[in-house]
Amino acid sequence: MERTTLDLWVGIFIAAGIGAILVLALKVGNMSSLDGSNSYQVYAYFDNIGGLKPRAPIKSAGVVVGRVARIEFDAKQYRAKVTFDLDRKYQFSKDSTASILTSGLLGEQYVGLETGAEDDMLKAGDTIQFTQSAVVLEKLIGQLMFNKAGSGNHK
Amino acid sequence: MLDRLANWLRKIGHSAIEGIWRLGYAGKFMLLTLLGSGSSFTRIGLVVRELYYTGVRSLVIIIVSGLFVGMVLGLQGYETLQRYGASSSLGVMVALALVRELGPVVAALLFASRAGSAITAEIGLMKATEQLSAMEMMAVDPISRVVAPRFWSGVISMPLLAAIFNAMGIFGGYLIGVVLIGLDEGSYWSQTHAGVDFRYDILNGIIKSFVFGIAVSAIAVFEGYDSPPTAEGVSGATTRTVVTSSLVILFLDFILTSFMFRGV
Repeated sequence: MERTTLDLWVGIFIAAGIGAILVLALKVGNMSSLDGSNSYQVYAYFDNIGGLKPRAPIKSAGVVVGRVARIEFDAKQYRAKVTFDLDRKYQFSKDSTASILTSGLLGEQYVGLETGAEDDMLKAGDTIQFTQSAVVLEKLIGQLMFNKAGSGNHK
Repeated sequence: MLDRLANWLRKIGHSAIEGIWRLGYAGKFMLLTLLGSGSSFTRIGLVVRELYYTGVRSLVIIIVSGLFVGMVLGLQGYETLQRYGASSSLGVMVALALVRELGPVVAALLFASRAGSAITAEIGLMKATEQLSAMEMMAVDPISRVVAPRFWSGVISMPLLAAIFNAMGIFGGYLIGVVLIGLDEGSYWSQTHAGVDFRYDILNGIIKSFVFGIAVSAIAVFEGYDSPPTAEGVSGATTRTVVTSSLVILFLDFILTSFMFRGV
């Protein structure tokens, strides 16, 4: 059986189809902007990460300075361990504060990073000490209702 | 008056009996096709040739329409989502709409009108020019030589085409959402990644397109084989292929959706 150009086209077609299924299955966009070579990793522990997702942006003063690499559950501390991929161009002090914020009322969640006063800078593998968890709407509403009920009794 | 009523009833009865007769004939034909498809797998070259005509030649229309459907979804989805400040969910919306519904259905509709009609016209003309009878004279079974390879090539290429359509559509949505509108690329993909489940969404979509492939190919080869051997007959059969398969696709889509996605 000799090979024809028709076979080539059919091969391309089937390869494209299987490739499309693979792309759909993996569906990880290529993030060329922050690969391992020009970023460093730091860790932070949060009591509650809310709806934070891997690869959410890390912003300082509103500018994207990195991405969330991994989110794990630390079984010893019962807290969430979040790994940050920070751009090598930007250095932050050791006493920086990381807080989980929401853009808009229902928008995506991101990490806000505010630098502190210390001169020592965060290095790869360091842990950010000061963190602020995500605001859980139910707790907020619960508090509000509790306060309202309390103020009602005083009257 | 009574005469006209009787005539009318007779017409209804006739078309009903005719329809059931055709259905039975189609069932027998499908059985013969399945029984005669052994040679399509031993002589794989036959199927490859048909894959070229049904699959490869449909690629351009599938890719272009997929891209544009995805871009339209991106624009329209953004328009609605940004009212609720949820524009970062655009990726999930586009991906789910494509993978679950639009990909399999639109690709199958395009496939029916692009490849299904061609199969019907080809087999119908073969019948009208007595090529099928000539094959029978030479003791070549036209069902296993002509019909079965076309049927199987349609069944194989439909899921692949739908997957390509989905991938192009998601790329189109990305072009609009991230490149044009300027949503954040990371949350676009991570929300998509988190919102689309492989088993529940993608596999169900592939199953759908597979079922559509069987339906469209079966209708196309049957209409061609069953067409009256005249110019009018072939043209009518081609039209019937497109109309019937479009209706069957939409009907099957409803049935499959109600089974697969109950809104858990």
